[in-house]
Amino acid sequence: MELIELEGWTCCGSTPYGSLDELEAIVVAARNLALAEKTGLDLVTPCSSCCVTLNRARIQLEDHPHLMAQVNEALAVANLEYHGNLQIRHLVDVLLNDVTPEVIASKVRHGLNGLKVAPYYGCQLVRPHYGSDDTEFPQSLDRLVESLGAEAVPYPLKARCCGGALIISEQSLALGLIRKLLDSAARNGAQCIVTPCPLCQTNLDAYQSQVNSKFKTDYNLPILFISQLIGLALGIDHISLGLNTNIVSPNEVLDYIYEVKREVNSGT
Amino acid sequence: MEPRIGVYICHCGSNIAGTVDTEEVVRFAQGLDSVVVARDYKFMCSEPGQNLIKADITELGLNRVVVASCSPTMHEPTFRRACQEAGLNPYLFEMANIREHCSWVTEDRAEATEKAKALVSAAVKRVYYHQPLETREVPVNPNTLVVGGGIAGIQAALKIADSEHKVYLVERDPSIGGHMAQLDKTFPTLDCSACILTPKMTQVGSHPYIELLTYSEVEEISGYIGNFKVKVRKKARYVDEARCTGCGLCQTKCPWKVDSEFEAGIGKRKAIYTPFPQAVPNIPVIDTEHCVYFLKGTCRLCEKLCEAEAIDFEQQDKVIEVEVGSIILATGFSLFDPTPIYQYGYKRLDNVITSLEFERMVNSSGPTGGNIVLKDGSEPESIAIIHCVGSRDEKYHEYCSRVCCMHSMKFAHLIKEHTDAEVCEFYIDIRSFGKGYEEFYNRVLNEGTIFFRGRPAEITNIAETPEEEGKLVVQFEDTLVGLQRRLPVDMVILSCALEPQPDADAIARLFNISRSADGFFLEKHPKLDPVATMTDGIFVVGCCQGPKDIPDTVAQASAAAAEVLAMISKGRVEIEAATAVIDERICSGCQVCKLVCPYSAIDFDEEKGVCRVNEALCKGCGACIAACFSDAVSLNHFTNEQIVAEMEGMLV
Repeated sequence: MELIELEGWTCCGSTPYGSLDELEAIVVAARNLALAEKTGLDLVTPCSSCCVTLNRARIQLEDHPHLMAQVNEALAVANLEYHGNLQIRHLVDVLLNDVTPEVIASKVRHGLNGLKVAPYYGCQLVRPHYGSDDTEFPQSLDRLVESLGAEAVPYPLKARCCGGALIISEQSLALGLIRKLLDSAARNGAQCIVTPCPLCQTNLDAYQSQVNSKFKTDYNLPILFISQLIGLALGIDHISLGLNTNIVSPNEVLDYIYEVKREVNSGT
Repeated sequence: MEPRIGVYICHCGSNIAGTVDTEEVVRFAQGLDSVVVARDYKFMCSEPGQNLIKADITELGLNRVVVASCSPTMHEPTFRRACQEAGLNPYLFEMANIREHCSWVTEDRAEATEKAKALVSAAVKRVYYHQPLETREVPVNPNTLVVGGGIAGIQAALKIADSEHKVYLVERDPSIGGHMAQLDKTFPTLDCSACILTPKMTQVGSHPYIELLTYSEVEEISGYIGNFKVKVRKKARYVDEARCTGCGLCQTKCPWKVDSEFEAGIGKRKAIYTPFPQAVPNIPVIDTEHCVYFLKGTCRLCEKLCEAEAIDFEQQDKVIEVEVGSIILATGFSLFDPTPIYQYGYKRLDNVITSLEFERMVNSSGPTGGNIVLKDGSEPESIAIIHCVGSRDEKYHEYCSRVCCMHSMKFAHLIKEHTDAEVCEFYIDIRSFGKGYEEFYNRVLNEGTIFFRGRPAEITNIAETPEEEGKLVVQFEDTLVGLQRRLPVDMVILSCALEPQPDADAIARLFNISRSADGFFLEKHPKLDPVATMTDGIFVVGCCQGPKDIPDTVAQASAAAAEVLAMISKGRVEIEAATAVIDERICSGCQVCKLVCPYSAIDFDEEKGVCRVNEALCKGCGACIAACFSDAVSLNHFTNEQIVAEMEGMLV
């Protein structure tokens, strides 16, 4: 499988645009749909929010032909046209259903040796229900985590919201939500949290210290993006994976993985 | 005799005449070959309508009749009877459906009229080739098989046996009683379930006309309405029924404890056991999966203690064969297992229990002696009851389980009776539709039970405030207030859905009946034939047909008993004449027809090397005709000639 970067892609419009002007928001999203449709390939995104925004635009255009006409009128200015023949998928969906956990497992070079991982799906990966995973008790990320030789700990809040963009406008509310997520992961013995959503990753990672100072807690949970965890297991060095840019240091996770690895090696 | 056809176009009030130009259709029919008379009338199924046909048969010498009206499902028998009463063979009648297939599916008057003409023309061409056929009658065996010994099976068996007709009651558990025996009190009257059930169980056990086969399962069934042959496997109890006195010493002394099915897993039983003290028959069975003798070859303590020498470790399963005229299926339901609803925490969080577990807990003869207690033995101060767990939920069961609202409210009442706990009910809608049910709802409201409208999102033990520490927290949207709320409680009861038995599919195949989309057994007609099935002579009653409460179950069971008794009383049943016939001169004996027949109606004659249709079983579906390589099978009333003529007529 080959991933080709979509030439000329732009912001999907995200959630806020839709609440300001629905039609304009759809046009912004549809521009990317039209570009992707021209390639004749499926569109895959590693962002839960993009996936939802683009899919929402796709479905609205499918359901309302008059909207399609309006949107295409706008797109015509950029010499683009969307016909409604595009599949939009999340990276997790592709990894699970096209690559498959079995193939991923076969390519693992540094098994994560039972690292305890809280699989955090976030709210938008499974809602609205575009994919096949369960909205209330999803499993896909657990399966990916386990294919890497890590242990997915029970994580009851796995599909709860992190506060999303409210971290800007309603910070104290969002910090409360983040605290719950960190608390539940810590209680279940997780050594780190892994997520397939960039905004979740940012919120849990960048605001962890603020949660600690607000609630007098001492969480120290590295927040890994799914590609970082997979990369570690595939033997990619941590600089290429950007692990040095994580705000909560993932050093303890790295130490754990490699220390256990060394023990296994010296034992044999 | 040259066919003389009468055609009758029904208006069905405005149902047909509102869309179809019936007068135009009459004029058209008058011009068709062999049509002697064509008329229209407001309601052909009414008595004056039928009299029109009868009078024309007599006065005009009609020998074929076509009625163009509704679907034949309802009124084909009506018009056939009218023909018969005027001296015409009922198979010389044909019906054209110009309502469901025509007037109801379009608003275009011109098109509807054209289609009605085509349908009438097809029926006229077809009826031209109809042959008189004779319906036949077969005698009815007066014995009845009832499968399942819950309240439905018990009621049906007693009703039939009381009329001094033999009933075989087969139950797969060691005792009859079913789910009703597990319940504490019954809504809305609060009668004790055991008090009203156990006398009936005893009656069944001692009834001279009931042969009770417990710890038994139906294994094979053959035959047809009035004449079924059934093989029943009596599983080995390892206790001699004739010798056992039911003293109970064996189960008191047996050292091996197992989770009790009857106690819904919250109590224990022994490896040799009767499910509960009032069991009928009061004869224990040995559970070979847990008996140490069967596992390791040691112990045999029960054998040493039994003064009646009833323990028999050598006992084998027995297969007995019975002959019956009709079969009543009362195989009941199974409770939805809420474990897959991860967010409700069943089996993951302490003190989250199912409705059936609560029934046993609150029952004074249950494992806690009727005390409502938490896992640590203390009494709860607050209890949440969640409705619709697994019901009205597209992910599990779309249907409403019909009893949960009421038993949830009964729980609230019982909790108030037994404890000082606060009770909160979480509901989607309150469905208290039965006699005295709404009054019961008001009573529970007045007792101080709090009702929240909203299906909880989650039950968690993760506290967010000091008050929530050590509690179960129900996270829910109170949809009447429009607020997200959290409610800390000590215990959560999940009112779980009633679902089809896990082996309902196998039972349906065994008895050759259908299931509806929800998995329950399908009745013949939801309104007008609610306990019969598409297989004549087999009836479905109680929760195997769909979730229902005790009053409805008992009513259905009595209805099926009445149907069976009517058959027995008449002593014979009529068999449909539109059956397949095999031309033995052409049949090559390949038996493909036998393979495809869904009604097991074809037998192979070893001696002659040909197949033969059992007319009593044949439903005239035509599968064998399509399958036959040699064109040896034809179907009475659906001959090639008739079907080709019908198609020609349709293409006018």
